[in-house]
Amino acid sequence: MTTLRQRMTPYWLLAPGLIWLFIFFVVPMYYMGELSLKTGTLTTGYEMTWAFSNYADAITDYSTQFLRAFYFAGVATILCLLIGYPLAYAIAFKSGRWKNLMLFGVVAPFFTTYLIRTISWKTILSDSSPVVSVLEFLQLAPDGRVLATNAAVIAGLTYNFLPFMVLPLFASLERLDRRLLEAGQDLYASARQTFLRVTLPLTMPGIIAGILLTFIPAAGDYVNATFLGGPDQAMIGNVIQSKYLVVNDYSEAAALSFTLMAIILVGLLFYIKFAGTEALMGDEEEAK
Amino acid sequence: MRAWRWLRENSILIIGLLAIAYMLVPILVIAVFSFNDPPGRYNFEWAGFTTEYWADAFGIEELTESLLTSIRLAFFTAIGATILGTLLAIALVRYQFFGRRAANLLIVIPMATPEVVIGAALLSFFLTLDVFQLGFTTLLIAHIMFSVSFVVIVVRSRLIGFDRRLEEAAADLGANAFTTFRKVTLPLIAPGVASAAFLSFALSIDDFVISNFNSGSTVTFPLYIFGANQRGIPVQVNVIATMLFAVTIIAMLAVIIQQKRAEKAAAMRPEEVANKPAISIPV
Repeated sequence: MTTLRQRMTPYWLLAPGLIWLFIFFVVPMYYMGELSLKTGTLTTGYEMTWAFSNYADAITDYSTQFLRAFYFAGVATILCLLIGYPLAYAIAFKSGRWKNLMLFGVVAPFFTTYLIRTISWKTILSDSSPVVSVLEFLQLAPDGRVLATNAAVIAGLTYNFLPFMVLPLFASLERLDRRLLEAGQDLYASARQTFLRVTLPLTMPGIIAGILLTFIPAAGDYVNATFLGGPDQAMIGNVIQSKYLVVNDYSEAAALSFTLMAIILVGLLFYIKFAGTEALMGDEEEAK
Repeated sequence: MRAWRWLRENSILIIGLLAIAYMLVPILVIAVFSFNDPPGRYNFEWAGFTTEYWADAFGIEELTESLLTSIRLAFFTAIGATILGTLLAIALVRYQFFGRRAANLLIVIPMATPEVVIGAALLSFFLTLDVFQLGFTTLLIAHIMFSVSFVVIVVRSRLIGFDRRLEEAAADLGANAFTTFRKVTLPLIAPGVASAAFLSFALSIDDFVISNFNSGSTVTFPLYIFGANQRGIPVQVNVIATMLFAVTIIAMLAVIIQQKRAEKAAAMRPEEVANKPAISIPV
């Protein structure tokens, strides 16, 4: 028989963390939502006017940056998947005793500061660098310039978010029951058929988790566009950042980031409805 | 012909190794350019080898100050987030309770929210509420908030592989709940807790976006770099980044070695315990 005290134990354990998350995540979201419906300026103060027009204005004024953010993040996510799947596959199945070293190679970028990694790309892609000369020779960079182009920002996003793609892919490939692959071969499937009909479907949860973990931060990013892009590469994150921190136009900025959050949350809840929170937490077996 | 076949057979491994090289090249560039001797303020073009900036790594006061701020912030973040996250993980793995789904959701959603939105929301909150002065305190609040979820994941995976009979044995031997936790549970999950603390330290010291919104006039290491970008980033930034990289790797190796040792010492795995006589269970 459990006493009331025992039944209360989990709540005592949960309370500090959940209260922290509630006050400093949920409540701020509410305040941001409220701010997005106010009108005013920093000097005159803000007043609640239920200004839904903030949303209409924000979306019509910055639809280009919204679409650009989703376009850049989308292309970067596809590139991450194309690079990340073979990489995760090689680590899971082909690396032998070098497995840990290769995994280390994947997470190594995390041990240097995000900004410095991005600035390092600025060095690599700067006008005088050998990489750009090679690209120019191959007619891939006709004006001898890579910085301040879409390609530079997409390359930066791809680089910075690749580990977020590789790690869930690796986890799902590693969990794969190899006997299923052998069974496929025994039944005379070619390597290609085994891959398409066994490996790929079974690693789908990893693929989806990887896509989410790459696309979401990439869509909201403004660091890559700031360092590697020019004015024509500004993403929605750049607009939110400059409205909050440079021009102090809080209401419209709040409306913009609320819209971004809403779009992403819809996608996320859709995913959680089908896959549960467990897959995103890195473990499919919930303790009983 | 044979070379072609070899290439075909090993194509995936080759692609994998190329991808790893792609991951590592920018890090190498950072390290190499810490030995550069740029003539002007911009450190983008190779101009000659020097160790001058390594000798003068902490010569820029503003930069050193920002680094110390970052380390202090990461230290307190690690403590706060690890305590909150470990308690959450224990509750989620060990107990069945009403509201579990909601708790899971509250832990997962911050991780899946773009940083710019978290930063903007917190700034809206701090501005409207007007209780907290933007600065170290608001940075600490924000950093603990976004690190907690990651701590939960790391500690949780450790708890799931935990043999609960060890705790029952302690209880049978007359230990109360608190003693059992202190003498059995905590030492066994300690490696997981340590890696979680390590992870939150790393997340905090690296954070730029959320800090950018909530720092007020406090300058952390990433914020210093951002500010210095317009006027040219000093070579010392590369030096310090290379140092941080080296220190992190050494710390990580230490944690791994410690973890391997702890795993050998304690009978963690259920299957191993099952094969041994019950008497050998250490309490």
